[in-house]
Amino acid sequence: MKHTIKGDTITVYLSGELDHHSAESVRQELEGLISSPRVKNLVLDLSRLSFMDSSGIGVVLGRYKTLAKRGGTVAVREPTAHVNRIFSMSGLYQIVEKL
Amino acid sequence: MSKINEMRIDFMALPENEAFARVAVGAFMLPLNPTLEEMEDVKTAVSEAVTNAIIHGYENKGGMIRLSAELDEGGVIKMEIIDCGVGIEDVERAREPLYTSLPEMERSGMGFTVMESFMDSVTVLSRPGHGTTVRMEKKLGA
Repeated sequence: MKHTIKGDTITVYLSGELDHHSAESVRQELEGLISSPRVKNLVLDLSRLSFMDSSGIGVVLGRYKTLAKRGGTVAVREPTAHVNRIFSMSGLYQIVEKL
Repeated sequence: MSKINEMRIDFMALPENEAFARVAVGAFMLPLNPTLEEMEDVKTAVSEAVTNAIIHGYENKGGMIRLSAELDEGGVIKMEIIDCGVGIEDVERAREPLYTSLPEMERSGMGFTVMESFMDSVTVLSRPGHGTTVRMEKKLGA
């Protein structure tokens, strides 16, 4: 998974489709990337994520819980119109900032 | 309203078939000239229903899922996702936003809410021990 780290913030670039099938591996990879206590904030670049359903909501919520315990945050940037609607509809934007 | 096309596919309740079901419905509905947004709405709703059948209906133990769809003249797509799994004891509760029987699996409990938001109507018929049928309808160009 493509990612960049700057200070205590990691930016991860998601691509392809995030459904129940891919959710488990995405979850594990993201958990691995944020496992270092140095990482406090996660930014998900969604510009290349072409599909997401409610399984993706669970993945984002789970990472939010991990980082919130450390006083960190989760943010997203450049969601496609479709992914943006799933985020809005689910209320995720109440805890996840759109940059 | 007269029917212009109809299809039926049976496939195994495997996670890799979630994408297959989405693509199949997407291709089938093309004659209705859907907008990109309408196409995504329908594909997402199918994805939610098929995922439910796999993890809740069949509890990840496998089985067969039937996806049937119909296009009507007025630009309406009707679909059914049918499993012969464990069924849902309390359909009303299952449809509540954020309700999930599997919180430890990071399920968001938003599946039915997504289906209801993206489709015009969602009907759930379920009998414990016999399976679940999700019937959905959407008028395109509305």
